[in-house]
Amino acid sequence: MSTVIAAIDQGTTSSRCMLFDRQGRTQSLAQREHHQYFPQPGWVQHDADEIWRNVRRLVPQALDQARVGVRDVAALGIANQRETTVVWDRTTGHSLGPAITWQDTRTSHIVGDLLARGEEERIVDITGLPPHTYFAGPRLRWLLDHRPGIRERAVAGEVLFGTIESWLIWNLTGGVDGGVHVSDVTNASRTMMMDLSTLSWSDTMLDLLDVPRAMLPQIRSNAEVYGTCVGDLEGVPIAGAMGDQQAALFGQTCFSPGDAKCTYGTGAFLLVNTGPERPRPERTVLPTVAYALGDAPPVYAVEGSIAMTGSLVQWLRDSLEIIETAPQVETLARSVDDNGGCYIVPAFSGLFAPRWDPDARGTIVGLTSYIRKGHIARAALEATAWQTWEVVEAIRHDLGQDLESLRVDGGMTSNHLLMQYVADVLDVDVERPLVSETVCLGAAYAAGLTVGYWADLNTLSHHRHLAAVWRPTMPPAVRQRESTQWNRAVEHALGWMTPPAT
Amino acid sequence: MTTSIQSVERAAAILRILAGAGRPLRLAEIAGALGLAKPTTFGIIRTLRDVGFVHQDRTTSDYSLGDGVRHLERASVDPHDLRSHAMNWSDALASRTRLEVLIAVPQLDGAHIVHHVFRPDDSEQDLRVDEVLPFHATALGKVVLAFGAGMASPSPELEAYTQRTITRRVTFDAEILRVRERGWASERAEFIPGIGAVSVPLRGFGGLGVGAVAVSGPLERIFRHAGGPHDEVVAATLETASAISRSLGVRT
Repeated sequence: MSTVIAAIDQGTTSSRCMLFDRQGRTQSLAQREHHQYFPQPGWVQHDADEIWRNVRRLVPQALDQARVGVRDVAALGIANQRETTVVWDRTTGHSLGPAITWQDTRTSHIVGDLLARGEEERIVDITGLPPHTYFAGPRLRWLLDHRPGIRERAVAGEVLFGTIESWLIWNLTGGVDGGVHVSDVTNASRTMMMDLSTLSWSDTMLDLLDVPRAMLPQIRSNAEVYGTCVGDLEGVPIAGAMGDQQAALFGQTCFSPGDAKCTYGTGAFLLVNTGPERPRPERTVLPTVAYALGDAPPVYAVEGSIAMTGSLVQWLRDSLEIIETAPQVETLARSVDDNGGCYIVPAFSGLFAPRWDPDARGTIVGLTSYIRKGHIARAALEATAWQTWEVVEAIRHDLGQDLESLRVDGGMTSNHLLMQYVADVLDVDVERPLVSETVCLGAAYAAGLTVGYWADLNTLSHHRHLAAVWRPTMPPAVRQRESTQWNRAVEHALGWMTPPAT
Repeated sequence: MTTSIQSVERAAAILRILAGAGRPLRLAEIAGALGLAKPTTFGIIRTLRDVGFVHQDRTTSDYSLGDGVRHLERASVDPHDLRSHAMNWSDALASRTRLEVLIAVPQLDGAHIVHHVFRPDDSEQDLRVDEVLPFHATALGKVVLAFGAGMASPSPELEAYTQRTITRRVTFDAEILRVRERGWASERAEFIPGIGAVSVPLRGFGGLGVGAVAVSGPLERIFRHAGGPHDEVVAATLETASAISRSLGVRT
C-alpha cells in the first residue's frame, strides 16, 4: 500500500485536512467551518475547543475519503492561521477564555502604551515587528490582565500559551496526558516576543509585556519530529509545522532568494524569500522567518500584507449589490474597457503594507457622470493590483530585491482579468501552480522532508507544474501614467480618521 | 389530446403575476392571488428562483421577475461563475490525464474559451482564454452546438483547417447526431495537425448544456492507434463534467 502524507490547515474561517501522494497530488480533502464571534466592535474570537473538536473529526474523514488507514500515513504536517492567541489549562485540557484572532484590535491601549514609553525602536530591533494589535504578545498580556487567577497559575506552569499550531500539537500528542508544548519559528516570529536574530524568546520582550516565561512553548524548527499522535492518528509522527503564509511560500517551492508568492484571498499576503541573512527593511514590509528545516540555518523572508482584496469584491456583492456572485465582478469589469478615470483605495480598516496608516479610510476618486458600475468593478480589481505593486516597489526600494516572477494562489486567482492586470502592473510573469492548496501542500512538504518521504528541496521543486502564466502586456507609458494616478488617489485616503480627543 | 402538467401551469401563472405586479410581492400575496397553499407556492417559486426566472430580494425576501426570463436567449450560467466552479476539477483533470484542459461556453460564432489549464509538462504555453473555436472543427465546438440552446449555428461555409476538417454540411449534421447520442465529442487533427481532443457537455438546470469541458493533446495521447479515444481519457472527462455540473447545483 503506497503511503501518503497528511496535512492540516487550520484557517481563519475553517479547518481542513488533506492527504497527498508521493507526486504531491491531492488524494482527499475534508473541511469544516467554525464559529466567528464578534462580541464588540473590533473584537474577533474563536473557540479553541471547537477548533480542536473539528480538527479531530476531519482526520478520519480524510482517511476514509482516500480509502487509506492510519498505517499508510507517513507523517503529519500542520499549517495554521497565525497570531491567534490561545491560553489553556494544562490539567483540564480546556482553553481558558476565547482564542483572540489576528484581526482583533482590543489591544490598542497596550500597544499605545508601548509606543508612549518610546519602546518602538527597541521592539523593531529585537523582533523585526512594529508594535501593533496584529501580533500575539499584546493579546497574551490582555488575557493575563483580564482573566483573574491566570497569571499566578501561568507562573506556576499550570496555564500554557500557544498560537494555534501549539494548541493542536499539544492535543494531538495527548493533551493532559503527555501533550508536547512547542511552537515553530515562523509562528513564534509573529508573537512580538521572539528575537528574530537568535530565534529564541526575548527576555526584554517578556519583561516589556510582563509575560511569564513558564507558560511559553519551546521554539522549534519547521521540520522535525515534535511528537507522535495518539487517538485517530495513533503512531503518526507530527513532523512539520508552519504559519499559513509561510506554508504557502514553501508549498510554492520558493526556496531561493528572490522567489516570491502572493496569496489572493479576502486579503493578500506577499512574501519574498530573502535568503539566510536577517533582512532589515524600512517600516514598509515585515521581516520574518520563511522556514528553518531541522538543524539547517534559517531562511528569512519579508512579508507585505494587504487588508482588502477579495473582501472588496464581497463588499460590492453584499453591500453595494452590484454583482450577484464574486466571480461576476469579472463579467461586470469586462463590460467596460478601462477604469474610466476612477480609482478605488480600499482602506476600509486603514492601510497595511507598505504605508501602515491606521487612520486611512476607503475612498473613490475621479468620479464623473460617465462612470458606470462596470468602471467601479474594474477599479476594484485594479486596486488589488496596485496594492501589490506598492509592496513590490517597497521591497525593491528597501532591500534592492527585484522580482523575476510572482507565484500566485488563493481564491482570486480564478479572476483572469485581475491576474493579467497584476502581471501588467508588476511587469513580470505571474504563475499559477497546478495544485492550488499551497498551504496544506507546504505543511505536507515540511513533514515529508523530515521523515525522508521526499529526499530534498529539489525533489519538491520537480513536483511543481504550471497551470497558467500571465505575461505583461502593458506599455510603459500606461504603467507610468496609471501608477501616478494611483499614488495620487492614495494620498486622498491617508489620515482620514483623526484620533479621538483624550 | 394533451394533458397539462399542473406545476408548469402554476409556474407560468406565477411569472405572469410577477410581471404584472409592478412591485416585488411577498409569498403570501402570490399564494393568495392563485388560491394556493403557501407551501405549494413556495416549492414552485423556489425552483423558479433557482433557475433564475424569479429574483428574491436579499433583505426583504420579496419576489420579482428575474433576469433569466427577460433574457431567455442568454446562457443560464455566467461564464466566470462557471470557471469558478470548474477550477479545482479542471486542475485535477489536468493532473490526472497530463493533458491540457479547456472550458468553453457557447457563443454565436463558436465555442468561447473561458478557462484553460496548461498541460502539466512545464513546456512553454500561452493562455488560450478568450479564443473562439469553430463549431465544426473542434470537440468543444461540436459539444456546445449539440447540447446548447440551439441559438448558435455554424456558418454555411465550413472552413477547412486541415485535410481532416469536416467541410460538408451533411457530414457535419451526421456528426452532431452521433455526438448527441454518445454524450461526448472528439476531434482528430481536424483543427490543428497532430492534435486531438475529447469534450463533454456541462449541464445546467433541466439538463440544458451551458458549456463544455475538454482535454486536448497530441493525437497518440488522446486516441488509440486504430479506433476511438482512450477509454481512460473519456472516462476522466465524463467524471469531471459530472462533478462540475453537480457543483453548479444541478441534479444529474
